[in-house]
Amino acid sequence: MNVPKNLKYAKTHEWVRVEGDIAVVGITDHAQEELTDVVYVETPAIGLRVEAGKECAVVESVKAASDIYAPVTGDVVAVNEELSDAPELLNQDPYAKGWMFKVKMSDPSELSELLSPDDYAHHIGA
Amino acid sequence: MHSAETLKRTPLYASHLECGAKMVPFGGWEMPVQYSGILAEHTAVRERVGLFDISHMGEFLVSGPNAERALNGLLTNDVTKLAVGQAQYTLMCNHLGGVVDDLIVYRLEPSVYLVIVNAGNIEKDFLWMTSPAPESAVINNLSDRFAALALQGPAASKFFDFSPTLPHFHIQRHQVFGKECWVARTGYTGEDGFELFCEATDAPHLWRMLLAWGKQFGILPCGLGARDTLRVEMCYPLHGNDITEKTTPMEAGLGKFVSFDKGAFVGRDALVEQKAKGVGRRLVAFTMTEKSPPPRPHYAILAGGHKVGEITSGTQSPTLGIGVGMGYVEVAAASVRTAIEIEIRGKRFPAVIQKKPILKKGP
Repeated sequence: MNVPKNLKYAKTHEWVRVEGDIAVVGITDHAQEELTDVVYVETPAIGLRVEAGKECAVVESVKAASDIYAPVTGDVVAVNEELSDAPELLNQDPYAKGWMFKVKMSDPSELSELLSPDDYAHHIGA
Repeated sequence: MHSAETLKRTPLYASHLECGAKMVPFGGWEMPVQYSGILAEHTAVRERVGLFDISHMGEFLVSGPNAERALNGLLTNDVTKLAVGQAQYTLMCNHLGGVVDDLIVYRLEPSVYLVIVNAGNIEKDFLWMTSPAPESAVINNLSDRFAALALQGPAASKFFDFSPTLPHFHIQRHQVFGKECWVARTGYTGEDGFELFCEATDAPHLWRMLLAWGKQFGILPCGLGARDTLRVEMCYPLHGNDITEKTTPMEAGLGKFVSFDKGAFVGRDALVEQKAKGVGRRLVAFTMTEKSPPPRPHYAILAGGHKVGEITSGTQSPTLGIGVGMGYVEVAAASVRTAIEIEIRGKRFPAVIQKKPILKKGP
């Protein structure tokens, strides 16, 4: 299972890449494999205030709709528009082309609550 | 509903794990939902060939001099129209005309019938069929003795020498890779294909040999996920979703499988009355008209801004790339080409009622 070393992880299987005060968010390789073929992605609206631990997006496979939780609190400043036409990017490239949204963090200290790559790998039994 | 301990396993359980299946509970059984992926498996069946384990389905053998009369009293379609070797889709109704189950009846011999029932209904159906104690008809539940495999897709006909002489909706006894099977040209996908009924102990051998032989055609083992998307595109009803004990064949648009002129059968009076009065709701098929989240069971169906029904089956159609489904709607909104809306997480998405099946196939 691919768990990149440069990211932080939520127990609910989102990853965060920190770029200054911006958190780039997506779902992990483990999550996409569990979800199976993604056919629809509902990203949060730009400007929406998201709260750490609260659902803010939906990923749908053929079989089920799954909530995605914001790993940090802040305002959504960008979303990956490509997912609307190519939801399969979440399966094919979950850590790069499959990024979901960017949050301008209001409290970067929340990052310390997230899991390290090693802890996340342990969490998923990898 | 069922804890993992009580889930039943088919004779192919180990074969599924070997093939990398993701297992899920279904109708009291632990079944493969997918192997390589629902979309890939769906495409394999539409374009090439796929292999399904359908051993969870129930098999009853109905025999004896009175078998024909017993079945005709229990089922809506006319069993007397079946020649030996033919198959028939039929329904079993309660006294109110509600659907106890939908099933396939195969006439194996003049007074021997093989009846295939849904996995979750095996015990219920057996009780229902044996409680009237039909005179001189014997009903045996062979579900634990039989395994069943479905080989489905345009390349399925290339597997067997007997393909040209086994017509659609017929059944014959054949040796398949050295094992005695009842082979039926039936299925639940809308594609050409076969359903093989064999001794449970022969199933792993047949599974392995069919997958090995099918490699040249690009065969994939297929799970319940693809089985569901394939049947929804064809608008084949799933008992428990699209037809239940609270819906009738007339409401579900299955009137052509109800024979009113064959004499008495359970539910006939209620269905005659409903046919005369007309139904209040109909099971319709729909497609989304723009990009939307996949429609799913229990989402509200609206017409003219008001709720007119609810989805019973829905999915993202892998073939069409849009959301498709079925549901019961009030008759006023049930005509083909009626514009409707589907409510998904508080938002409304446009859809249109379609003639069934959703996927138009063939030349």
